[in-house]
Amino acid sequence: MIEVRGLKKSFGSQPVLEDVSFRIENGESVAIIGRSGGGKSVLLKHIIGLLQPDSGTVLIDGENIVAMNERQLLRVRRKFGMVFQGAALFDSMTVAENVAFGLRRHEHLTEAEVAKRVAAALDMVDLPGTENKNPAELSGGMRKRVGLARAIIYEPQIVLYDEPTTGLDPIVSDSIDKLIIRVRDHLKVTSIVVTHDMRSARRVGNHVLMLHERKIHANCTPEALFASTDPVVRQFVDGVADP
Amino acid sequence: MNFLSGTWVGEWLTGLGRITLLSREAIASALTFKFSRRDVLYQVYFIGIKSQSVVLVTGAFTGMVLAAQTYFQFHKVKMDTATLAVVSVSMCSELGPVLTALMVAGRVGAAIAAELGTMRVTEQIDALRTLATHPTDYLVVPRLIASTLAVPLLTVESMCIGIAASYAVGVGLLGIDPAYAWWNMLKYSGDADVMIGLIKSVVYGGIIALVGCYKGLSCSVGAEGVGRATTEAVVYSSITILISNFFLTMVLEHLCIIFGL
Repeated sequence: MIEVRGLKKSFGSQPVLEDVSFRIENGESVAIIGRSGGGKSVLLKHIIGLLQPDSGTVLIDGENIVAMNERQLLRVRRKFGMVFQGAALFDSMTVAENVAFGLRRHEHLTEAEVAKRVAAALDMVDLPGTENKNPAELSGGMRKRVGLARAIIYEPQIVLYDEPTTGLDPIVSDSIDKLIIRVRDHLKVTSIVVTHDMRSARRVGNHVLMLHERKIHANCTPEALFASTDPVVRQFVDGVADP
Repeated sequence: MNFLSGTWVGEWLTGLGRITLLSREAIASALTFKFSRRDVLYQVYFIGIKSQSVVLVTGAFTGMVLAAQTYFQFHKVKMDTATLAVVSVSMCSELGPVLTALMVAGRVGAAIAAELGTMRVTEQIDALRTLATHPTDYLVVPRLIASTLAVPLLTVESMCIGIAASYAVGVGLLGIDPAYAWWNMLKYSGDADVMIGLIKSVVYGGIIALVGCYKGLSCSVGAEGVGRATTEAVVYSSITILISNFFLTMVLEHLCIIFGL
């Protein structure tokens, strides 16, 4: 269970998050939506402890990770897998080495077992046989799939997706959405997807959090969000620019 | 200390504090064996093996020019046969470790800062952290251990090739009597000179790795940030090597006197 209470964050004199509070139950799939530069990725990075808030708490299964140092956070982060906006693959390693990274660091497996798990993870993201490719040889969509394979190989409880469909064409975006749903259903993980793609938010989330003006503006189901008459929500859902 | 914030003194002190914390974290991690031996071996290859040509050329030509300059001055006072003794002591305790460290700082310090800086701006460092891996364990410690192992070995190579090259120039080109030159060299260079050089090179190896890693890990966003981090890694590690050389020389020479070495 993830619980965020009264989170505040500023970069210099620029406030990004103010009094953000919400709760995500185990197994839920939540889409965090909001305008570009609205603090969605910053919020996601607080959930996994990559950023420290100015005030507030982030509870992961009851443990306040804000009070932890970097070494204590390593233990909590084993519950997480994260897919970055730009995939953040290690460019000095092959696809197989990238995917196997977490396994090799934290589990004592034979090379044959590692190879089997890597092949299974790559199968799950529809990229069989790409083990020996370098990240530079992959397209944007393939890189995100490898990033997802790397995130799920050690079967985390929570998977975070930072704008997984940004910069991809509609067909690839659709396949990534299907992949997120498949991972959620097969591995029974809690999913948090940061996106500004409303179609994607509707498909992958069974709950939607909307960030607006540094605060949680809406916290509801996708159906309720799309039916909302709130002008801020409507403007975002309909994709209408300020007059 | 608020009055210092925003000034270059404040920034310098902040940087010094951060690199001290990084050093403490790296040493603690190294002592608890949280690093991979395979990574250390790769870094020894990158820092040690790949730097050999640069270090050997620098050592050889430094020994040659030092022999020639010393000979031309000593020849005026009929002390030609002391030339190799001066070269030997200089190469072992000063020029060998310092020039090797400066060359490695230029090649390896820059590469470390550029690699880690690029990893930072492309979120690869954050990816490491999300994979429950401490960047200090995975990135800093192997480079620190490899550098403190490789720089002394490179320094020994530089000392040997410098002395050999100076012998070739002194005896083969300038006509110094080989027997007297050799005898004087052995008489005036001692174990202490080599020990001083090796102790210095261990310290310089640590400086190169720590400054390079710190600059890479703390670089600002964008290509300009990586470029600046790379330049600063070379400049700061070179300056730190030159400044610490003076203090190390004073301390180590006094210790030699105290212990009669």
